[in-house]
Amino acid sequence: MSTVIKSQTDVAKVRSAQPNPRRDLSDKAIRNIFIFPTLVLLIAINVFPLVYSLYLSFTNYSAIANKQPVWVGFENFGRVLSDERMWEIFSTTGQYVLFSVALQLILGFALAMLVRDKFFGSGLVTTLILVPMMLSPVVVGLFWKLMYNPTFGYVNYLLGFSNPSLAPDWLASRWAGDPTPGLALWAVIIVDVWMWTPFVMLLILSGLKAIPDYLYEAAAIDRASAWFQFWRITLPQVTPLMMIAILFRTIEAFNKSFDLVMGMTGGGPGTQTEVVAVTLYKQAFQGQWQTGRASALAYMVLIIIIAISNLYIRNLNRMKEGA
Amino acid sequence: MASFEETGPRNPVTESIRVDKVHPRARFLDNARAIFVLILALIGLIPVLAMGLTAFKSRADVVAVPPKIAFEPTLEGFVFLLTERSQLSGTKLEEAKANADDLGLFGQIALRNGQRINGPSDYVTRLWNSLIIAGGSTIISVVLGLFAAYAFSRFDIPGKDDLLFFILSTRMLPAVVVTIPLFLMFRQLGLFDTHLGMILLYTVFNLSLTVWLLKGFIDEIPREYEEAALVDGYTRFQAFYKIVLPQAATGIAATTVFSLIFAWNEYAFALMLTSNNARTAPPAIATMLGRGGIEWSAIAAGTLTFLIPVVIITFALRRHLLRGVTFGAIRQ
Repeated sequence: MSTVIKSQTDVAKVRSAQPNPRRDLSDKAIRNIFIFPTLVLLIAINVFPLVYSLYLSFTNYSAIANKQPVWVGFENFGRVLSDERMWEIFSTTGQYVLFSVALQLILGFALAMLVRDKFFGSGLVTTLILVPMMLSPVVVGLFWKLMYNPTFGYVNYLLGFSNPSLAPDWLASRWAGDPTPGLALWAVIIVDVWMWTPFVMLLILSGLKAIPDYLYEAAAIDRASAWFQFWRITLPQVTPLMMIAILFRTIEAFNKSFDLVMGMTGGGPGTQTEVVAVTLYKQAFQGQWQTGRASALAYMVLIIIIAISNLYIRNLNRMKEGA
Repeated sequence: MASFEETGPRNPVTESIRVDKVHPRARFLDNARAIFVLILALIGLIPVLAMGLTAFKSRADVVAVPPKIAFEPTLEGFVFLLTERSQLSGTKLEEAKANADDLGLFGQIALRNGQRINGPSDYVTRLWNSLIIAGGSTIISVVLGLFAAYAFSRFDIPGKDDLLFFILSTRMLPAVVVTIPLFLMFRQLGLFDTHLGMILLYTVFNLSLTVWLLKGFIDEIPREYEEAALVDGYTRFQAFYKIVLPQAATGIAATTVFSLIFAWNEYAFALMLTSNNARTAPPAIATMLGRGGIEWSAIAAGTLTFLIPVVIITFALRRHLLRGVTFGAIRQ
């Protein structure tokens, strides 16, 4: 019996040690066949366009004019950087990203702490909380537009403003008829927070659930206060996941703010809620169709996003080494 | 020891988990917490509920001040959304009313507003486009993603980590940054405003998701199964087809649904790369307001038809949600 088994394992050993050259070849072939289409598609529809738009960003070109691109060097970048309106838009985008991500982090953390321990129906309730993040951002923007309506919207009604002429008109940045700059931006930020806090909660919750019990047990033996346990155990243990949440949200705030803003305000009133993605769209696809200049701006946004992600990832790695 | 861990009181103790008795205060706090969370969840869902209510309101009820919570439900919004109507007057209206019994449900609702249905609206076409484009791109990206994920999971690939990171990073590009050159490319190739172009684009857009998610699922299937099959004389492809695919079925299903949702919800690409022929529902809903007498109730109806499938899917997928939204980078 034992000899039979031994001989079988021997056969297996021989096979794995000296693989059949034909099978090895076909493995390699299969590997290439399996990966090839994916890489080709990614290069054709992602990498090539990026290279193409890098070229366009150095040219004067409009997609609707019947002219070839003209090389202008760094002129487009110079124009973008010296345009005062651009700084305003970057500041709006910065505020949007900063406030929405910060609020999502605080609220998401609090929510995660609340649903951390199981209670009757906690699975169902947690799923209910998660619903907003699965919705289409532009559709969300649209239905919040109805919610914010100054006369028949639910927001003012629930806040107790019964007289429409005294109530805030959120998306027009007016409070009882007086212009209140910033109101529209905050209205959009509130929706972003409503939509994406669940995402942050989900990530932090998975971090909380992964903290081993013995850390708390040890702290309890040492009679550490709940406050101390939070600062010294809970917070450091979930920090890596928190950083990932911030990274995802920051990048997405540049991306998805477009859908939300277009659904709610289209950038208005004036340019009060115009985030950089909306500016890009307007420059590239409306009015003059300034394809070259929009490409330059797009590249600058891309560089900002890459820089921010790099900063986060480096921080994250340092924290992992430190832990 | 193990039995203690299974049966011992864990959750309700506030200070130390070494205490065996549950203090009444701890139990009270636990219940209070549960109720508080439930209330928060319900407050969070007010906008969704409001939208659901608005979809069934009549034209007058939508703009009522203060907003009506109790009202007579009507399908008016859906009729406005899905049909093209014309106003009837005088004798034609009388004639139509006399023959009202022959009309369907939608026809009768339209008649109440003195209108006749001429045919389905543009929005029906948009929904079809959404379905075709989301469905087509999902099928392709899951199949391609499955192949690539298997290769990444099982074979030695030079520069594997860099390649995987590259695939993930394509998803992080802001849509607007890639759209400008894509617009020019698509126009050159005749793909602008075509279903094929959008399917291709969404396929690539979702590939990063499907590759990463499926790689995670395939990584969890022990290699030994295939190795045993190979020893038994299966070819690599047979092993993939007969061993790995059935094992990864749940993962494939979850991935399919995620990719479907992302394609279904997508707005920016569709807005910039389609105009009339292949336009999907999201940009159509967004530009509907104020055109051709479209009312808020119709918008609400459109939003609702859009949201319901997503809400159902969220519940069905709740175990895989974390994986799905983080591209499989984090597993529960």
